[in-house]
Amino acid sequence: MSLIIDQVDLSFGALQALKQVDFEVKDGELFGLIGPDGAGKSSLFRIMASLLIPDKGRCLMHGHDVVKDYRELRKIIGYMPGRFSLYMDLSVEENLAFYARVFGTNVKENYELIRDVYEQIAPFKKRLAGKLSGGMKQKLALSCALIHRPEVLILDEPTTGVDAVSRREFWDMLKKIQNEGITIVVSTPYMDEAEMCDRVGLIQKGKLLEITDPSKPYENDQAQLFSLKSEKGIYAYLDRIRNMEGCKQAWLFGDQLHVTLHSEEDATRVKAALDGWGDSSLEWLKITPSVEDRFMGLISNSEAL
Amino acid sequence: MKRFFGFVKKEFQHIFRDKRTLLILFGLPIVMIILFGFVVSTEIRDVKVGIWDRSMDQASIRATQKIFSSGYFVPAGYIDHEEEIGELFRSGKARVVVVFEEGFERNLLREDRAAINLIADASDANTAQLSLTYLQGVLMTYFQSVNQDVEMPWSVNMKSRMFYNEEMKGVYMFIPGLMALILVLISALMTSVTIAREKEFGTMELLLASPLKPREIILGKVTPYVLLSFVNAMTIVLLGFLVFDVPVRGSLWLLMLICMLYITLALSLGVLISTNVKTQQMAMFISLLGLMLPSILLSGFIFPIENMPKVLQWFSAIMPPRWFIVIVKNIMLKGTGFAFIWKETLILLGMTIFFILAAVKRFKIRLN
Repeated sequence: MSLIIDQVDLSFGALQALKQVDFEVKDGELFGLIGPDGAGKSSLFRIMASLLIPDKGRCLMHGHDVVKDYRELRKIIGYMPGRFSLYMDLSVEENLAFYARVFGTNVKENYELIRDVYEQIAPFKKRLAGKLSGGMKQKLALSCALIHRPEVLILDEPTTGVDAVSRREFWDMLKKIQNEGITIVVSTPYMDEAEMCDRVGLIQKGKLLEITDPSKPYENDQAQLFSLKSEKGIYAYLDRIRNMEGCKQAWLFGDQLHVTLHSEEDATRVKAALDGWGDSSLEWLKITPSVEDRFMGLISNSEAL
Repeated sequence: MKRFFGFVKKEFQHIFRDKRTLLILFGLPIVMIILFGFVVSTEIRDVKVGIWDRSMDQASIRATQKIFSSGYFVPAGYIDHEEEIGELFRSGKARVVVVFEEGFERNLLREDRAAINLIADASDANTAQLSLTYLQGVLMTYFQSVNQDVEMPWSVNMKSRMFYNEEMKGVYMFIPGLMALILVLISALMTSVTIAREKEFGTMELLLASPLKPREIILGKVTPYVLLSFVNAMTIVLLGFLVFDVPVRGSLWLLMLICMLYITLALSLGVLISTNVKTQQMAMFISLLGLMLPSILLSGFIFPIENMPKVLQWFSAIMPPRWFIVIVKNIMLKGTGFAFIWKETLILLGMTIFFILAAVKRFKIRLN
């Protein structure tokens, strides 16, 4: 096991940030942690990086305890904090050279590993890091976290504040890094990125709600899931659907609405009601839930609790 | 070692890339020396003196000439009424008025005594006091020289000399004080701000999560400033020597050694401050208020410690600049060796060790 999180509790004063978080990450796995802002993702990542000590429970990284063996642990991890944490007044190549030296290596030694990432920003290597765009900053930060060939890569919300194209590229790069045999733990607030991971944990209000494999389809346990599309735009219909009898949940999903209903009878009733709205471009389809649909259901359930 | 040098290199890059830092580092000492050296001075020059000569005889006229040929005073004109004294002061035309009594020479010759009245505008008490002292000095010297060939039944001939600073140059006082001030400012302020900056920008989080040891981080931060502060200390000594003729009578090596000790002390103080703050602003605030003001006011730099209330005297004893100034004055002006400053040096050394230990102990290896 690359990472063992064992019943971890953490609180800041009265605020309980993590409640009995418990999971494991296998060697070479790309593990995602998904949850809204303030769910406790960053705190958990800081525990993994040996920067915070949990109140209760243990956290082991390749057998190194984050509290006792932090010296050994800090040699084998590559950590990328949620906030951009490189030196704005140093150039791209100076930042990289600095982090290489801090880990007792040099840029040449592990260049192969970061080649794909770094070559995209290499044309700007003389530019100060503070003057890079969001996407380029993340690529530089990733290069710096990788330069010493860590065994575990811990990335705290690496795609937050990055445009859609760069996000896509970023995940492609993570896949390549994973192929080099490096275990990756990554967090994100974006549900749609869940599909990119081998396994995904959903975290909310400090609690790990579920761990799933996005490639495996769900059994359709979750009552009835439908998508609703319209050429006229769907946003105006959201409240109308939500107020219908039999509607359990409805949320925006890209240019569609996703709706869950309580029972099959509700489905026929709603369909009939929709026909009465007089919008001929309305498309109402029964669908299989994705990870995102699954998590939306879980989050609203736990909120109800 | 490779890690450490990597860190030092990065630190130099920060310093040489930030114009504000550079300005404080190299502009400030020079500007302060020039300012203190030329503007703030305890010497008097060109004090305007009015004369009310009620006898206008040879003796009074000679005395008046002596006053204005001394170089310290310039004539502000003659007056012949008492009311005019106030007028001169109010209009600022004179700071001092010298009054010779009626029949000055006659009294001097017949009765062996004559009176001169010195009246000063004490709204600026320091200058008034100094002017009067200088005036008395000038007049005394003159009348003694007049009386040289006269046999007196007895007389006490007082002569004073100012050792180590014969000409009473204010800059002799300011150079050691300025060294103390500038070194504290640059060393403590700059290091505390630069460490606080790593915290503020979140880069400290990465440094902590790396294999760097606390002492590597602290030493890496501090080393560039040791070198730069040392360059500064020597610049001050050199400027003092070249521009203001302030000598280094003792051993230059000893002076350098003491400067290094004092710089280390100030740096460890800076690190200690930085371990207690989260932002650069806070670091700057504490350094300025907590270090700069006391080192100006309580170190004996400007105000003599002996004149302070007892409580403040005790307080000044824990001010590192106080001891540093004593040592530097001893080496530079008196030319004394280590034998006379070992006590002060030991105090500085003790403080340094205390601050280093406290800083290392306070330095956190984690975020919580």
